[in-house]
Amino acid sequence: MADLITLTIDGRKLKVPAGTLVIEAAKQAGIEIPAFCYYEGFSLQAACRMCLVEVEKMPKLQPSCTLPAADGMVVHTESPKVADARKGMLEFLLTNHPLDCPVCDKGGECELQDMVFRYGAGESRFTEIKYHQDEKQWSPLVYYDPARCILCYRCVRVCDEGLGVGALGLTYRGVAAEITPSHGDHLECDECGWCIDVCPVGALTSGTYRYQSRPWEMNHTGTICTHCADGCKTTLSVRNGAIIRANNRDRSGYNGEFLCVKGRFGYDFVHSGERLQSPMIRKNGKLEPVSWSEALAAVATKFSEIKARGGKFGVIGSTRTTNEENYYLQKFARQGLGTASVDHHRTGDVPALIDALSGKTDALAAMADLYQAKAALVIGADLAQQHPLIAYQLRANYRHHKMAAYLVNPGASREEQYAKKSVHAPPGKEMEAVASLAGELKGHEDLVVIFGASLRGEGVRQLVSFGDTLGIPVKYVCLVDYSNSRGAMDMGLVPELLPGYRSVREAGMEPGLALDEMLAAKDLDALWAVGANPLESAELASSAAFVVVQDLFLTETARRAEVVLPAQSAYEKNGTVTSVTGEVQKLKAGAKVMGTKADLEIMGLIAKEMGLNLGIWSPDKVFEEIRRTVRGYNIPLPVVATGGAAQTTPVNGRVPAMPRPEHIRPSGDTLFTSGTLGRYSKRLSSVMEAPGELFKG
Amino acid sequence: MLYNEPSPHETRILTRRLVYPQAEPIGYEQYAAQQGYEALRKALAMTPDAIIDEVKKSSLRGRGGAGFPAGMKWSFVDRKSPKPKYIVVNADEGEPGTCKDRIILENEPHRLIEGCVIAARAIGAERGWIYIRGEYRRMIETMDRAIAEAYQQGILGANVLGSGTRFDLYTHTGAGSYECGEESALLESLEGKRGNPRLKPPFPATSGAFQCPTIVNNVETFSAVPDIIMNGGDWYAALGAPRNGGTRLFCLSGHVNKPGVYELPMGYNLLRMINDVGGGIRGGKKLKAVVPGGSSCPILKAEECDIAMDFDTLAKAGSMLGSGGVIILDETTDMVKFLYRTMKFYAHESCGWCIPCREGTAWLKKILERLDAGVGVSKDLDMVDQLAQSMFGRTFCALGDAAAMPAMSIIRKFRAEFEERIRSAQVFIPAPETRPLVVL
Amino acid sequence: MTFSPQLEAKFADLITHYPEGRQKGALIPMLLYAQDEVGAVTPEVIAEVASRLNVKPVEVEEVIGYYTMLWRHKRGKHHIQVCTNLSCMLAGGEELYAQVSKKLGIGHRETTPDGQFSLEETECLGACSWAPAVLVNYDFHMKMTPEKLDRLIESLGSKQ
Repeated sequence: MADLITLTIDGRKLKVPAGTLVIEAAKQAGIEIPAFCYYEGFSLQAACRMCLVEVEKMPKLQPSCTLPAADGMVVHTESPKVADARKGMLEFLLTNHPLDCPVCDKGGECELQDMVFRYGAGESRFTEIKYHQDEKQWSPLVYYDPARCILCYRCVRVCDEGLGVGALGLTYRGVAAEITPSHGDHLECDECGWCIDVCPVGALTSGTYRYQSRPWEMNHTGTICTHCADGCKTTLSVRNGAIIRANNRDRSGYNGEFLCVKGRFGYDFVHSGERLQSPMIRKNGKLEPVSWSEALAAVATKFSEIKARGGKFGVIGSTRTTNEENYYLQKFARQGLGTASVDHHRTGDVPALIDALSGKTDALAAMADLYQAKAALVIGADLAQQHPLIAYQLRANYRHHKMAAYLVNPGASREEQYAKKSVHAPPGKEMEAVASLAGELKGHEDLVVIFGASLRGEGVRQLVSFGDTLGIPVKYVCLVDYSNSRGAMDMGLVPELLPGYRSVREAGMEPGLALDEMLAAKDLDALWAVGANPLESAELASSAAFVVVQDLFLTETARRAEVVLPAQSAYEKNGTVTSVTGEVQKLKAGAKVMGTKADLEIMGLIAKEMGLNLGIWSPDKVFEEIRRTVRGYNIPLPVVATGGAAQTTPVNGRVPAMPRPEHIRPSGDTLFTSGTLGRYSKRLSSVMEAPGELFKG
Repeated sequence: MLYNEPSPHETRILTRRLVYPQAEPIGYEQYAAQQGYEALRKALAMTPDAIIDEVKKSSLRGRGGAGFPAGMKWSFVDRKSPKPKYIVVNADEGEPGTCKDRIILENEPHRLIEGCVIAARAIGAERGWIYIRGEYRRMIETMDRAIAEAYQQGILGANVLGSGTRFDLYTHTGAGSYECGEESALLESLEGKRGNPRLKPPFPATSGAFQCPTIVNNVETFSAVPDIIMNGGDWYAALGAPRNGGTRLFCLSGHVNKPGVYELPMGYNLLRMINDVGGGIRGGKKLKAVVPGGSSCPILKAEECDIAMDFDTLAKAGSMLGSGGVIILDETTDMVKFLYRTMKFYAHESCGWCIPCREGTAWLKKILERLDAGVGVSKDLDMVDQLAQSMFGRTFCALGDAAAMPAMSIIRKFRAEFEERIRSAQVFIPAPETRPLVVL
Repeated sequence: MTFSPQLEAKFADLITHYPEGRQKGALIPMLLYAQDEVGAVTPEVIAEVASRLNVKPVEVEEVIGYYTMLWRHKRGKHHIQVCTNLSCMLAGGEELYAQVSKKLGIGHRETTPDGQFSLEETECLGACSWAPAVLVNYDFHMKMTPEKLDRLIESLGSKQ
C-alpha cells in the first residue's frame, strides 16, 4: 500500500494513497465531479474541462482528472467559480450542438442532456449560425454525426487502447475537428461497436438500433452471449418480445463494458425469417408442419420402439444449450434410452488438462486472473479473433500492470503489438518453442497459460509438466470454442464420462460411440441431435436411421430428419452455462419467438410421452440436481442467482477414462463467424471484414 | 536577405555580422573568419555546469514568447538519465506580428548551429532538430546547406570538433499550424502527429521529443548563446534590463514609417522604438495603440506606450513582451475589424482538443464578424468580454488565453468604438455567409 | 507507387533523422514533399507513406486534416497564398486577396480549371515587417502592391 496522504475536498478530510487523482479521491468520498473525457481505465485527456475544481493556493482552476492528490491539498468542487466554469463549458458545448434532442437517438440516456439538466444554464446566449457537418455512415453498424460530437475521445481510446485496433482518430481542427474512421470515409475494424456504447451523446449510433426505440420503452435483460466461450454478459434490450439492442453498459458481467461484434450485434439470428416455428414430420418424403403433440408422440413412439428392440441410438448434444439441458440429455440417453453413445462437438481437450492438474489446487485460471497475472503464455490461439474477451483482459493487464506476454503461434496475431516475445511455431512444434522460453518465464512472479486445441492429450500433459519446472505458480486455460463447450464436457456429453468427469463404468456401462463413429455406423437406428449440426460437413452412413433434430433452423442435419422440433436460443430461455474459464453464469430469457420451446422442455415432454421418470424438467430443479450430484458444481447459489460468475472446481484427481483426443475438431471460427449460428446472423456477414482470417496479424 | 535597412539606434550583437542587404547567407568560411565557432571551442573546454551557469548569469529569457529563463530550463534536464537527450529548436515562427527568426535562418544559419551545439554540450544531447514552419522552405534549404557544411567541418557528427562526443542536427518541416509553436504541440508534430498540445507535467526537460529529456528553445534564444559564451553572462546581462538580459529582435509592423526588424536592448522604451527606430507614425497621424509582442498580447493604448520593453515591466502593465512582434496602430485603425481578424486567426488555429478553446474562439469570431459587419447589438460587447473570461485560464494550453487576452483588452479599452459601430448601423444587414474554417 | 529518384533519396535520408523505431517522425515531411511532387496528398500517397513508415491509415488521416499545407485535392502549379493577418491587413492584404480571387476567378483553397493557379487566404506568413506578403509556392513576395501583384501573376501565367 502506498503512503496515505490527507486532503480536504468540500470540507471533508480524506486519506488516499499518494498520487490518487483528485476526481477519484472525490468519488471515494461520494463526491461526484462531472466529466466527459475522463474514463476510468483509459488514458487521461483533460480535454472537456468539465472537471475543473478550485484548489486553494493555485491561481487557476485545475482539471481534477489529471491532478494528483497531494498532502494538505484543499479542494472545492462546488464553489461559485467552479459552478461558473461548468456552466460556461456546457454553454460552449451546446453552441454548435444540434439541440434536436426530441429526434436524437440518444435522448433519455445522453450524458450531455443529464449534465446540462444538472449544471447548465437555463438559456443559451448563442444566436449565431451553427457550424454543421452532415452525418456519415462508416460501416453497416456504425454511424457518426459530427455535429453532435463533443470530442471526448472515449471512442478513440477504447478502440486503440482497449482493443489495439486504433481505427478511430481525430481530424481537422478547431470547431471543425471531428472523429475520423480508419479509411477516411469508412471504417475497417473489429466492428465491435464499443465506440457507440461509450459515446456520451448521440454522435456515434448503431446501424441496427438507431431510431428503433426510446431507452425507457425497452425491457433490459442481462444474459450471457451465446457465441464464443468467453462468457460475456450481454444485456438484451427487448421490446414486444424482440431484441433490438445488446450492450453491457451496466458492467454487470466479468467483461465490464467489453463486447465484441457478436455480443453486441450478433443477436439478430433470433429474429431471422428462417427460424423454425413449428414442429415438422417427414410425410411422403417431405417435412410438413405438424402440431407439437403429434411431433412429440411420433418421437416417443419411435424411440420406445427402437429401445424395446435393443436398437442402436446415437445422441449428439450441443455446445450452446444450457448445463441443465446437457445434463438432462445425457441422463435421458443413458438412463432413458439405455445408450452410452453420447457426444458433442468437442473443440478442446479439457479432460486432459484436468487430469494433468491432478493433485494441484487453484491451477485453473478464472477470467479475472487474466487481468492480474504477472505474465501470460499463449499457445496456438489467435485471441483477438477467437477469444475477444481473453484478448481484452490480457491487453488491459498489459496496459495497467505491464504484464509480460509470450506468444507461441503458427502466425501473427494482434497480441504481438505488446507481447514481450513472440515465436512462430507450426502445430506440433509448439512445445519446443515453449521450452525455449523457460528461462524468461521463470523470472516472473506467476504465470497464466492459455492454449488452443493444437495441444491435446499428451501435449497437454507435457505442457503441465513444463509448468511444474518453472517453480512459480501457474494457472491454465484450455480454450474451447462455443458458449457452453465447457459445460457440455462437464455435463458428461462424451461417451467415456458421466457428469463431473466420472467414468461411465460407474454406471455399469461401457463407453459408446463418439460423434464421428455414430455418423459412420451403418446400423444406427436413431440419431438424436439436440442443437447440433453434425451433417454440416459429414454424411450419415445409416440410411435407415430415424433422425430427430431440435434446432433453431433447418440445418443440414434437420433437412435429413424425420422429426424436426423448433427449439429456443440461449436468449429465449433460462438456465446456466459454463465459460471457457469454467465459470458458471445464468442465462435469462429476454426474447420470445412464437412456436418454439426450450430444449429442456422438449426433452421433458418426450420423456413424459415415453413414460420415463427423469425428474422435473424445470431449469431450477435440474440445476439443483447438478449442484447436488456433479462434482465441482456445488457452487454458491447467490453468486449465480445475482448474475455473477462462479468458478467450478472440478475433481482434483485423475480423470478415470479419457475421451479420445482425436475427436477434437476446433471450430476455426473468427471474430465474424460463429459456427452454424453465424450463418443466420446477417449482421455478422454484412461487415466488409467478414469472414475474417486467423493468424493474419 | 535583409528586407529593411538597419537603424542607427540598434545595438547589433545578434546581427553584428549582417550587412544590408545581405544578398547571400553567411557561409561557413565567412562565419569562421569572424570568430564563428570560437564560442563553441570555448564551450567544449567548459563543463556542462559552467555553460549553464553562464547562460543563467546572462539572464537570457526565452525569445519565443513566454520569456522563461533559458539557463534554468537547461538545468532542469536530468543529465544522468539513461535516455538520450535532445535539443529542439522552435522555428515555427507564426505569432502574428513576428518575423524575426527568419533573419537568422535566412542570413546566419551557422550562428544557430553553434548555439545548438553549445546547448547540446550543456545537457549532453546527442541529437537535435530545427522545427521550421513549412512556409519557410527556402530557409529550410539554407539551414540544410549550412548543416552540411558543419558536418564537413566536423562541427556536427560523430566527433564534434574532436571532443569525442556526437551531435547530429537536422531540420524538420512543419506543414501549416500555429499551434505547433507551442512547445509540446511542436514535439507531437515532430513525432508525426497532429499538433495537439501535451498534458504537462511532464515537461519536455523530463519527457520531451520521443519521450526523452529535451530542451525546446526559440531560434533567437539559441542564437544568443554563442555571444554569451564568448563574452560572459555578465556582459550579456548588462546589455539589457534587470532580469532581462541582452538584446532582442523587435519586429516593427503596421503604421510606422520604417517598419522592419531591429535589434534593441531589452527594456528599450516603446515610444522611442516607434518614433526613433520606426521613424514615427506614417503620414503624420497620431498613435492609437500598440500590440507589444504579437497578437496574443493585451493591447496598449497610446497613453500606455511610454514603457520599457522587457518581460517584467510589460507584465506589470497587464500585457506581455511576447515574441517581439510590435504592431503599431494609428488613429485611423478600425479596432472592431482588428479584433475580428485577430479572433478569426485563433478560431482557425485552435487545434480543437479542448472545449473552451474550440467552441469559444469560433463563437467569438462569429460575434465579432457580425459586429464588424455592423449588425451587432449592445449586449454583444459584454458577451465578448464574458466569453473571453470563460476561456481564460480554463483551456488545455495557452492558445485559449492567447485568444481571450486581446479580446478582453480591446473590447475594454476601445469599447466606445464598438458601441459607435453598433449605433451607426442604419439598416439591418444580414451577416455575410460564413466561410467554413476548414475547406474539406 | 514510385517517386522521383531525388525524392526517394530524400526519403531515405529523412528516415535516418529519427530515433530507431520512431520513424513516424518523418510522416509530415514525407507527406509534404510527396505533395510537392504529386500535387496533392492522394489516396495512393497516403497508402504509400503509411506503409513505408509502418503507421496505421488513421494516423495519416489525422494529420492531413490538421495541417493546412496538406491538400487532398490538387494545388495549382503556382500556389498563391495571400496573407490577410493583422500586419498584412493593415497594409492592404485583404484587398490583395480579393484582387487575386477576382483575377483568377477562384476562392480560398480553390484551383483554376487549367491547374495553373490555386489560391489560399493564409494566416501570418512571418513577413509582418515587410507587409503585405504573398507566397507563391515557397517564394516570398513582400511589400506587395496591387500593381506588383498583377505583374507577378501575369509573369507566372506566361511561364506555363
